[in-house]
Amino acid sequence: MSRQSVHNELRSSFPSLSENESLARLLVSGFVSQLNPALDELSDIKTAVSEAVTNCIVHGYRNCVGTVRMLVRILDDNEIYIRISDSGCGIENVEKAMEPLFTSAPDEDRAGLGFTVMESFMDKLSVKSKSGKGTTVTMRKKLETRKGKNANR
Amino acid sequence: MSIEILLDRKNRCLVMLSGEIDHHNAARIRMKIDVAIDTNCPSEVFLDFSNVTFMDSSGIGLVMGRYRILREYGATLYVANCKGAIRKVMQLSGMNRLAKFVEGDLQSRFVSNLKEVKKNEQTISAQ
Repeated sequence: MSRQSVHNELRSSFPSLSENESLARLLVSGFVSQLNPALDELSDIKTAVSEAVTNCIVHGYRNCVGTVRMLVRILDDNEIYIRISDSGCGIENVEKAMEPLFTSAPDEDRAGLGFTVMESFMDKLSVKSKSGKGTTVTMRKKLETRKGKNANR
Repeated sequence: MSIEILLDRKNRCLVMLSGEIDHHNAARIRMKIDVAIDTNCPSEVFLDFSNVTFMDSSGIGLVMGRYRILREYGATLYVANCKGAIRKVMQLSGMNRLAKFVEGDLQSRFVSNLKEVKKNEQTISAQ
């Protein structure tokens, strides 16, 4: 894949406190808003980010508080690139974790649909994880509806 | 996030949810609903999403969990007024095959036939 230029970038990091789930959504929606996304596109992105950040908090740093990092970039053709990572416990079997309805915390009413939501609400999803080292989720979504508005980018 | 729980004279329970439902908020909502279910043993529970502005899969977990509990009680769960993004998340879960999805102004129907209202822990008797 050819290297894409980065038009704008947001880097953030915050402790894995559940209060920060809404903060992450606010950050990403504030940043992406400069592209005038349609309401449903923005809501898809917020939902996907919420899932990824919740995973870091609930699973990555299960019994401790660590740092969650979120990088958001605006690439060519109004494509949004999001990378959310933790240095937590990691996922032993990523393939299994990505199966719909799989959860390691059923007693907490976790639906096991986090990755399913990310996958269906974004264009691309990749999950890299190393046991004991942490997990990195990368997602991309091209904003379609307002193409004309930022055609000069 | 705020939650209002209404109980009508037929012992049906309406839960009016509002604001954002994420992992952070879900625990508190869950606790309040479960207390209402335990205390009143309603025959039907309606979860109304009219005023919910955001929901991720934590909301699905919330609905699934209540569905399981109510099934044990032999009670029915209704999921009401899921629009737009909320509906999109809900559809992913296949919950529409388990719980009954309904539309309409449940609040006024309940208010006209009220037993009691529980608003953020406080109980206000309607009679």
